[in-house]
Amino acid sequence: MSQEKTSYMQIVAKGIWKENPVAYQVLGICSALAVTVKMSTSIVMGIALTLVTAFSSLMISSLRKKIPSNIRIIAELAIISSLVIVTDQILKAFFYDISKQLSIFVGLIITNCIVLGRAEAFALANKPLDSFFDGIGNGLGYSLVLVTVAFLRELLGSGKFFGFNIIPQFIFDAGYQNMGLMVLAPGAFFIIGLLVWLKNSLPGISKEER
Amino acid sequence: MNPIKRLLNLSEKYFTGSGKFNALAPLFDATKTFFFFPSPKTQYVPFVRDSLDLKRFMSFVLISLLPVLIFGIYNTGFQAGIARGESYSFFQTFLLGSRYVLPIIIVSYAVGFFWEIVFASIRKHKISEGFLVTGLLFPLTLPATIPLWQVAIGISFGVVIGKEVFGGTGRNFLNPALTGRAFLFFSYPVSMSGDVWVAAGSAAVDGFSGATALSILAPEGEKITTALSNSGFTLSNLFFGLVPGSIGETSALCCIIGAVFLIITKIANFRIIIGGITGLIVTSIIFYLIPGGSDSWMNAGPLFHLCAGGFLFGIFFMATDPVSAPGTNPGRWIFGFLIGFLTVTIRVVNPAFVEGTMLAILFMNVFAPLLDHIVLKYNASKRIPNV
Repeated sequence: MSQEKTSYMQIVAKGIWKENPVAYQVLGICSALAVTVKMSTSIVMGIALTLVTAFSSLMISSLRKKIPSNIRIIAELAIISSLVIVTDQILKAFFYDISKQLSIFVGLIITNCIVLGRAEAFALANKPLDSFFDGIGNGLGYSLVLVTVAFLRELLGSGKFFGFNIIPQFIFDAGYQNMGLMVLAPGAFFIIGLLVWLKNSLPGISKEER
Repeated sequence: MNPIKRLLNLSEKYFTGSGKFNALAPLFDATKTFFFFPSPKTQYVPFVRDSLDLKRFMSFVLISLLPVLIFGIYNTGFQAGIARGESYSFFQTFLLGSRYVLPIIIVSYAVGFFWEIVFASIRKHKISEGFLVTGLLFPLTLPATIPLWQVAIGISFGVVIGKEVFGGTGRNFLNPALTGRAFLFFSYPVSMSGDVWVAAGSAAVDGFSGATALSILAPEGEKITTALSNSGFTLSNLFFGLVPGSIGETSALCCIIGAVFLIITKIANFRIIIGGITGLIVTSIIFYLIPGGSDSWMNAGPLFHLCAGGFLFGIFFMATDPVSAPGTNPGRWIFGFLIGFLTVTIRVVNPAFVEGTMLAILFMNVFAPLLDHIVLKYNASKRIPNV
């Protein structure tokens, strides 16, 4: 039992750090550019994607022996889109403001490469619980990148943290200005690129893994 | 032996082998070859000997930038004088200009060299001379009133993201100076464009606007050329350059002097320059012939498009950068022509960006490898197969 538990932990840790979906697999970049202007939206987006990935992996993995391989994409998409619709409705019901800010991007989780990618690459070949934790790990890895990027973008671009001004007025008086580029989508590109660079140059990552 | 050489010989042991400052060997090497001809000779074939190495090449560009720089300093002082509402003598104007321009240049060189040394030390290669030009080109594209910390951020971005992440000098596909400027342009639009001079003088004159020629729009029913002349932007003013604008770009005359030097010494490729000017003239004539729009830059005609803004500066000194421009001659013609075309198109059609030169050059830099590829493919297809 204890051995199984460490293996779940390993699966989660692999998704969060070593095979991070954004920084290592370079998946899910489009939504990482779109929703990272603010911390609040990116956290909600991260949670939504983590749940969708985890449960879709769980379901697809439990059905993996029943799904005929030539129509598997359709079957996977049916499961994923049902989950996304549920998530979208929950957000609309309980977090209407944030749901409005995320607008189309919650619906677009269906096309997020991470969800389908994990379904294809992991869930179809592994046990349901393994797949569930793989989904959690990848979702958390995605959220980690999203939150880091959003933190930097919100801080540099609008001088805020969760919507509160944290850069004091006297710094603005001294001539500081917000970096307008960070509010635009290219700013997220630069930050993600620099984060990948940072991750790869940290010690403990061998040349082959880069 | 002359004292500089003696000092260098004395300190050499600290920087080579197991010396104390071994990590800073690139810095030592750069200082040494700055003063003296590098002593290591070519060791591998081809044994081509040419005294025009990268360092001489870059210093030629620096010489060609001198007229622009000196005039830029004078013009900065002149504009600052107008903004303060006082008149100064020639030398006072010059001193006032230096007070604005020199700190920008010093910051640009210091921060840029810092990054160059960091990357050269980590990668254990020599500090490349390419930065000598970037460090001077970059300040010349900025407005004189820009805060110094923004200069530092801009040159850091230009050197690190524009050049070093791709492997350093010779491997950058974008012009580093323009990359830095583009970064500042999108990050801090308030300091980069608009009425820059009004904020400069503490006692600004009422009614004096520091807007540049390209942001002028004629009132209803008036021609753009008339409106420009009324605001002080006559063709001769724009040509000689006593108008507000970025430090180095205002004077078409000084740009031309520098460009002639570059073309004679064959540092700059004349195909890009002529292609660019042709593209600009053709496109602006086409826009001129389209009916309507007589109150906007659409109707300004080729001469105004040529002299206003930073087009000449960009096409002479930025577009001819041998690394980011195409390497084939037909590619160079197309490259230049499209820069001219895009510059006018952005100026006329896109209301968000009044100056299109920077974006046009960066855009075409991205396409340069594709142009080369097409030209090479075409040439290869002309060969007789299997002879």
